[in-house]
Amino acid sequence: MSDLVKSERQLQREQVRRSYARRSTSIATASTLVFIVLVVWAVTSSPGWPRVRETFFNAERFVSAWPDVLSGFLLNVKIFLIAEVLILVVGLLVALARGIKTPAFFPVRALATLYTDVFRGVPTILVIYLIGFGLPALRLQGIPSDLATLGIIALTLSYGAYVAEVFRSGIESIHPSQVAAARSLGLSHAKTMRFVVLPQATRRVVPPLLNDFVSLQKDTALVATIGPLEALRQAQIHAASTFNYTPYLAAALLFILLTIPMARLTDHLAARTRRRRGA
Amino acid sequence: MARSFMLLALAVAVVGCAPVDNTASTTSASPATSTACTKEQLALINPGKLTIGTDKPAFEPWFKDDDPSNGQGFEGAVAFAVAGELGFDRSEVQWSTVKFDSAFAPGEKQFDFDINQVSITPERAQAVDFSKGYYTVKQAVVAIEGGKYAGAKSLAELKDAKIGVQVGTTSLSAVKEIIQPADDPNVYNEQIDAVNALKNKQVDALVVDLPTAFYVTAAQVENSKIVGQFSSTGGTPEEFGLVMEKGSALKPCVDKAVDALKSKGELAKIEQQWLGSAVGAPELK
Repeated sequence: MSDLVKSERQLQREQVRRSYARRSTSIATASTLVFIVLVVWAVTSSPGWPRVRETFFNAERFVSAWPDVLSGFLLNVKIFLIAEVLILVVGLLVALARGIKTPAFFPVRALATLYTDVFRGVPTILVIYLIGFGLPALRLQGIPSDLATLGIIALTLSYGAYVAEVFRSGIESIHPSQVAAARSLGLSHAKTMRFVVLPQATRRVVPPLLNDFVSLQKDTALVATIGPLEALRQAQIHAASTFNYTPYLAAALLFILLTIPMARLTDHLAARTRRRRGA
Repeated sequence: MARSFMLLALAVAVVGCAPVDNTASTTSASPATSTACTKEQLALINPGKLTIGTDKPAFEPWFKDDDPSNGQGFEGAVAFAVAGELGFDRSEVQWSTVKFDSAFAPGEKQFDFDINQVSITPERAQAVDFSKGYYTVKQAVVAIEGGKYAGAKSLAELKDAKIGVQVGTTSLSAVKEIIQPADDPNVYNEQIDAVNALKNKQVDALVVDLPTAFYVTAAQVENSKIVGQFSSTGGTPEEFGLVMEKGSALKPCVDKAVDALKSKGELAKIEQQWLGSAVGAPELK
């Protein structure tokens, strides 16, 4: 194959294609540049710009807020790293519970359905409020008093419901013939799930799962409502003491730095799945 | 082809909406000759009306029944007194709900001045204009009666306490700079959240300003007491000021009004009426 010789015509064809590609690349570059220049010019020459720059892009305020915002951000990272593991476990268990068809297990199935309905319907911030202020108010033994822990519980409850639905859709997307084949080989329901359905389902739901996790990473900021000093709260404290919004920009930057790699990974996985399916 | 056309259209749209100064009329502050403080000459947001901003909920003892327009509560009364000095009668004052965070946002304001227990600090004064101070603030510590820290006699004894405080307040900086607790304080969005945390025993003590402390102990939390107030730690005393847009043409007039209320003893009278109980808490050193 390596000594394949391209015909004169093929070479010409390729040259034309290359010149088209060059042309469209340079047009795209030029128009992007023009667009950026216009936007920057429009923003910076607007009458309110000096005030906006002073309030949102103040280097001095950025530097002075950065250490506190960063230390708060480590709490965000800790919260979502722990929460993500718990959410996967809860989500998978709930999805499996909803798949049980045995009549005796109806209460389990009903409970799982109720759980997803309730916690997907209630805004995350309310769940955090209820768990963060409600659980300690019960004054029971063994209720955690650490605010980050309460936040993790609340986020797990809320996101567990979303992730359970993602898993369920993955499980239901596996063609019934797969289950039928597995059962006819003599596999039990549990073994069919474990060896046939779940491995395929999990692979299918990885992109939406990661999407939920990007969302979760941002929602760790909501935990601030119950008191701990995470990144957004630290930024808010600095903003309030100086009446300057730049610290929020520092927090935004940290969140973007975290979520962009996650988003690219999602894209990459989705593309890989498409390729494997031969599309 | 279609794509580059869209970009072009977008670019045109951007140019179309950009740098036109549509705030020309409000930003051209009249070279404030401080004598022109009659009602007709003031540059107001809504002509003929004095628009005053404050946050919601508006707490006692600063306001009463969460309704600033009734003129009751310390700040409600101060706001109407200032309005009166400027020549507005009660029907010409309208209130606008302004979140603490948005009171200092750049751009057009929804108020002529904002009254929201905002302490005057040099950093904040870079972003907004403050009137002269209308109240001198002291911070106080509230704890549950019989709790571990209820009997504290000094700030040093509070070092190991878990402290709750509202975000954006100078109470928070007082905690950080003066008490310097071993543990990070719990920081809440609203005062009511901090109060709930105290009720739940999620925090050992609250730090709030003294009048709020009296309201918390009297009306919000049973069996709570004021542990004490911070002794003023040198430097300039902390004062509440009215917030105005940076470069506000109204400032000299509002300042004059506050000064007049002070010299007539009017401010002291209002303070006595609404914050009268806020004396006599022991000092913590």
